[in-house]
Amino acid sequence: MSPLLLHLLLAAALFSIGLGGALIRRNAVVVLISIELMLNAANLNFLAFWRYGPEPEALNGPMFVLFAIAVAAAEAAVGLALIIAIYRRYQTNQLEDISRLKG
Amino acid sequence: MDALDAIFVTLKHLVVGWFPALLQPWISALISIGAILAIFPLLFGLTTVLERKALARIQNRPGPNRVGPAGFLQFVADGIKSLTKEDIVPRAADRVVHFLAPLVVVIPPLLAFAVLPVGRNMVALDLRETGLLFFLMVGTAVELGVFMAGWSSHNKYSLLGAMRALAQLLSYELPLLLSTVPVVMLTGSLSLVGIVEKQSVVHGGFLMGWNLFTPWGAAGAVLFFIAAIAEANRSPFDLPEAESEIVAGYFTEYSGFKFALFFLGEYLGLFAVSGLGITLFLGGWLPPFSFLAWIPSWLWFFGKLAGLMVVFIWLRGTLPRLRMDQLMRFAWQFLLPMALVNLLVAGLWHFTSPWPVALRWLLGGAVLAAPYLMFNRAFERRHPQRTYRYVS
Amino acid sequence: MSLPFALLAGLILGGALAAVTCRARVHAGLFLALSLVGLALVFLRLDAEFIGFVQILVYVGAVAVLIVFAILLTRGAENPWERLGNSPGFGILLAVAVFSLLAWALTSASFPKASETAAALTVRGVGDRLMREYVLPLQAIGLLLTAALIGAAVIALPAPTNPTNPPTDPESQ
Repeated sequence: MSPLLLHLLLAAALFSIGLGGALIRRNAVVVLISIELMLNAANLNFLAFWRYGPEPEALNGPMFVLFAIAVAAAEAAVGLALIIAIYRRYQTNQLEDISRLKG
Repeated sequence: MDALDAIFVTLKHLVVGWFPALLQPWISALISIGAILAIFPLLFGLTTVLERKALARIQNRPGPNRVGPAGFLQFVADGIKSLTKEDIVPRAADRVVHFLAPLVVVIPPLLAFAVLPVGRNMVALDLRETGLLFFLMVGTAVELGVFMAGWSSHNKYSLLGAMRALAQLLSYELPLLLSTVPVVMLTGSLSLVGIVEKQSVVHGGFLMGWNLFTPWGAAGAVLFFIAAIAEANRSPFDLPEAESEIVAGYFTEYSGFKFALFFLGEYLGLFAVSGLGITLFLGGWLPPFSFLAWIPSWLWFFGKLAGLMVVFIWLRGTLPRLRMDQLMRFAWQFLLPMALVNLLVAGLWHFTSPWPVALRWLLGGAVLAAPYLMFNRAFERRHPQRTYRYVS
Repeated sequence: MSLPFALLAGLILGGALAAVTCRARVHAGLFLALSLVGLALVFLRLDAEFIGFVQILVYVGAVAVLIVFAILLTRGAENPWERLGNSPGFGILLAVAVFSLLAWALTSASFPKASETAAALTVRGVGDRLMREYVLPLQAIGLLLTAALIGAAVIALPAPTNPTNPPTDPESQ
């Protein structure tokens, strides 16, 4: 088992856990937590390929991860602001109850 | 005098040399850790006594003067008291998080001491690429501990204190980070050892090149130390933990040793961030004048740290506390714009290097003074001087 | 499979599992922070020192704090434990299926050989690239962060009240 393969398997496992969490849980904030786990799994993938792949001087891996961290932080901020606003309006944070646009 | 300067380094090399080569990195790390764990808590103890005596003198009373010579062993008595007190945990509290919160508050400042250069060649962890980033990172790790403490106590006043403390920590983090950026810009490296070494140029034959002696350095130092006092929850920014406001804020429900750990963590955080300020702006272990270079470098560092502690204690004794909205307004509407202007001044300083020094100072001072005066004017327009009418 | 890597993998996966299965929401946020710290340590092992420290600075220091703040501000009067979804089995099945597919694809793929020269992630290198090849994404990120900052502040602010009514207590800052 090469180190690259181990890191990729770890990232795949983290991604699946995040995916399961996003599908199972009904609380909006916990779904956001699962999404953050998925984003971090992708970051780990990038860094593993950068470290154990050809041509590491181009620094492609860390650059992408930097931007991904920034985008994830922005998305978490906006998502949580939305959750807070929805809670204030509908007094609930269960995703099933926020279905006014449905059908 | 170089032998005295390097005495600790030679001692450490001597002790490490007694062990086989395989164990030497571990022994070296253990010695550094042991030294940090021995020195800084001792400094914490002495600072608490000094603070109580100094505050007492400012308030015209003697302070602790019973235990030991002139009361200077008071911290030993305090330590014994807090160790032997009963550890009370509220019944509805979340036990695991309640137990872990003091650890999360105490461990990051201890980690932060590892990257501070306390003397020539005396740094426990020399991160050449990311020294400053490591320090700032452990600074932000404390916030989660504050939240854990406030939430796990299951007490609405603790929670309120924790939210206020968190809001204050997050607000003052931005000016803190931004005021360190000019130093990095003009040094070209994030390594703390490199930053100190860059300040070792000698101007005019006797004056050292401390970053304090530049316009961006002076403004940056002021901004940094104000933000540092706020980050350490110290007066005049101690609303989240003031006794007359909210009992003890987020550590109301902690007793005995855990309270002592919070106290220790707060003071260690203050030392750590003061140490960083000394490294960035006050030249680290360098003397202010080159003819004083015979005094050992570690003595300079700890002397500057002691001087800063005296200034902070003085501020605590004299300035009144800021209200929460005044706190937030100060951070977002004054410190943050001034930190951004400071970046501009640092850039100007760099690009005008062929000019004579007085002209560069004038330019930097003008660019700094203009927003400052504008802010003052806007503030005074919104909050005119209060007039008091007394009953005759 | 060295011991440090095994320990860190256990920490990360354990923290992630606890974060998604924990009934008490605040514990979920704290387990996420633990998992992210473990992930930052893995980044340090991959010689990406800068990225590891930035991960703790941004994720643990800011995003995790934001998440626990949001959990606090959206606590209902009811118990802090929620009901599980309608069909948790389907979600678990899908997650396991995705992991099996990924694991099969990874183990049967052949990767390009690792280069001999070790990569040096210097801050100067990152800055260089940010200002040369990646200057357009840098400006785009600046715009995105500004928009997110303003948008989040506007969305989370309490609604403006009628001038005749007294303003409600602003809970969020």
